[in-house]
Amino acid sequence: MALRCTRTCQQYLLHLAQDNIDFRLPEIKALLSLRGKQFCSEENFKEKSPFWLLNGVSEDDVRGLMERSVCAKSAFELWGHGRTHDELQTSLLKYPVEKMAPFTQQETTYKINVYTFNKTLVFQERIKKIDALEFLPFQGKVSLKNPEHIFCLLEDYGSDPNNIPNEPFHVYFGRWIADGQRELIRSHSVKKRHFIGNTSMEAGLSFLMANHARIKAHDLVCDPFVGTGSLLVACSHFGAYVCGTDIDYNIVHGIGKASRKNQKWRGPDENIRANLRQYGTEQFYIDVLVSDSSKAIWREGPLFDAIITDPPYGIRESTRRTGSQKEINKPPEDFCGESHIPVSMVYQLSDIFTDLLRFAAYYLVMGGRLVYWLPVYRPEYRDEIVPQHPCLRLVSNCEQALSSHTSRRLITMEKTKEVEDSDELALLLDSRFRPYRGHNAFREKYFSGVSKRTGRAEQGTPSNGGADVLSE
Amino acid sequence: MKLLTHNMLTSHVKGVTRGYPLLIKATEVKVSEVEFNPQFVSRMIPKLEWSALVQAAEGLGHLNDLPAELVPGYENNEEFLRKVHRVLLEVEVMEGSLRCPESGREFPISRGIPNMLLNEDEA
Repeated sequence: MALRCTRTCQQYLLHLAQDNIDFRLPEIKALLSLRGKQFCSEENFKEKSPFWLLNGVSEDDVRGLMERSVCAKSAFELWGHGRTHDELQTSLLKYPVEKMAPFTQQETTYKINVYTFNKTLVFQERIKKIDALEFLPFQGKVSLKNPEHIFCLLEDYGSDPNNIPNEPFHVYFGRWIADGQRELIRSHSVKKRHFIGNTSMEAGLSFLMANHARIKAHDLVCDPFVGTGSLLVACSHFGAYVCGTDIDYNIVHGIGKASRKNQKWRGPDENIRANLRQYGTEQFYIDVLVSDSSKAIWREGPLFDAIITDPPYGIRESTRRTGSQKEINKPPEDFCGESHIPVSMVYQLSDIFTDLLRFAAYYLVMGGRLVYWLPVYRPEYRDEIVPQHPCLRLVSNCEQALSSHTSRRLITMEKTKEVEDSDELALLLDSRFRPYRGHNAFREKYFSGVSKRTGRAEQGTPSNGGADVLSE
Repeated sequence: MKLLTHNMLTSHVKGVTRGYPLLIKATEVKVSEVEFNPQFVSRMIPKLEWSALVQAAEGLGHLNDLPAELVPGYENNEEFLRKVHRVLLEVEVMEGSLRCPESGREFPISRGIPNMLLNEDEA
C-alpha cells in the first residue's frame, strides 16, 4: 500500500540533522502520530541517512511536524529524485506540470538553492547545477533576496568524510516548505538560562524528550525529579502546563551554591518559575514541590498527560530518598516545621525505576507517555534489562553514549491499561524487574572506567558553564 | 501553591486512610493574573475533586461565586470557566501549611512551595 502511494500521492523530503541519530525516528513517529499519521518507510529506507522520504501525509502535516521537530532541519515538497542527475531529470519530467504550475507562473518570484551533504561546492559549480535544471518550466522572476518560492537541489555524497565521491549517491529536487526547530537549541541554551544546576539537561535533548512524550497544548505534565526544570521549560514551550517535585529543598527554592563558574551563591529569584518567565511561558507554570518521588503525595487517578524526567544516577548528583535503615521507635519531639531535616538514604538505582514505572502506571492518563533516561553499563547491557510494567508499553529505546563503557538510554513508554491488583502482584513476582539490579553499582562502574583513562576526568569535571558534561 | 495543586495533593503519612483533602492554613495569599485558557480549564475539570476545590477556595476567602455543584455543559460556559480558572490558577498560597485531616501532621508552605517531606518514622 505504501508503495502504491509513492506513485500516486505527493511525497515529501525531510532533511535531518546528523546528531542524536538514534533519536530521530522515534521523534518523527511521535510527531506524526500526534496528527493521526504514521511513518511509512520506503523499501530502501536508511535510518542513518540525512534525507528521508515521507509518504501518506499532507502539506499541513509536514508543516505541523516542522513546528515541533528538533531533529529535522527542513522539509520539501519532492518534485523528483534519483541516483544520478539523469535519473533526477527523468523523475522531474514525470512530475505533473499542473502541480508545478502554481509555483512556476510568470508573476511569481523564486530562487533555487543547492545543498550538498558531505561535500562543499564552489560557487561556479553551484551555478552550473542550477543551469542544468533549465528544462523546468520556471517562468517567474528570480529573486535572491525575497523570493515567494524557494526550491532546492539536494545532493547526498554519503557519510564518509575521508572518501567523498565525485558524483553524489542520490539527488533530490523539491519546493521548500518549512524549517524545523533547530533554532530552539540555541535560543534555549542553558548557557543563557537564568537558573541552572550541575545536571541541567541541554536544550536540544529536552525538546527531543518533549517530542518523544508527545507533549501538546493544554496538557498537564509532571517531572518527579525536576531539578532546575529544564524539561518543564521544553514542555511549556509546546503549550503544556507543568509541575514537578524534587527532594532537594535548595534546588526547589533556588537557594544555596551556584552551579555557574565565577558565581558562588544563587541570586534571588533563581528558580524554575523565573526560567519559564525568561522564555515567556510563565502562564504554564503550576507548581514545584519539595517531595520524595518515591512517596505517594498525589491523589490517586490519571492526573498527568505525560511524565518526563531525568532521574539522578549518582554521578553529578546523589540518589536519595527519605527514610532510614535504622529502626526509630522514639517519636520525634519536633513534629512539624522545617527545622527537622529528614534522613535521606541511598536510593538503589533499580528501585528508582521500579518506583518511576509504578508512578507512571498510576498517574498517567490512558495513552499518556513516560519518557526517562536509564543509565546503563554498556558491557552488561541487554534489551531485557530495560524495566517493564504490565500497564506500560515500550515505544522506543535510544542510546546516547557517555563513554566507551557507559551510556544512557532514552526510554519512552505508553500507558495501555489501568492498574489492577493483579498487576502489583505480577510485578512482585516478575523476574523482568530483576535484570536491572546489576546496574545498582553504576556509579562505581562509571568511575572505575574513568580512572582507567589516566585521570582525564579530573580535568573535565564540574564548574563548567552549566551544561551537563554527560550530555555533550 | 495553586489550588489546582492542592486539589491533587493528599497526605501520605503512614497509616492514614483518609488523608484527603489537606486543610489549608494560610498566612499569606496572593492573587496574580494568569492568561485564561478555556481548553485547559475544561480539560482539568473532570480531573478535579469539585467539593474539595470549593472548600479550599471558600477557606481562603476566594470562593469567587464558584457554585457548590459543577454546572452541566461547562465547556461552552465562558463565565463559569473564568471563575474556575481564577480559583485554580490565580489564587496562590504563599505562606502557611497543609494539615493532614487524619493525623494532624502539617506540611509547611514557604515562598509558595509546599514541603511534603516526612520524617523517617512517619513514612
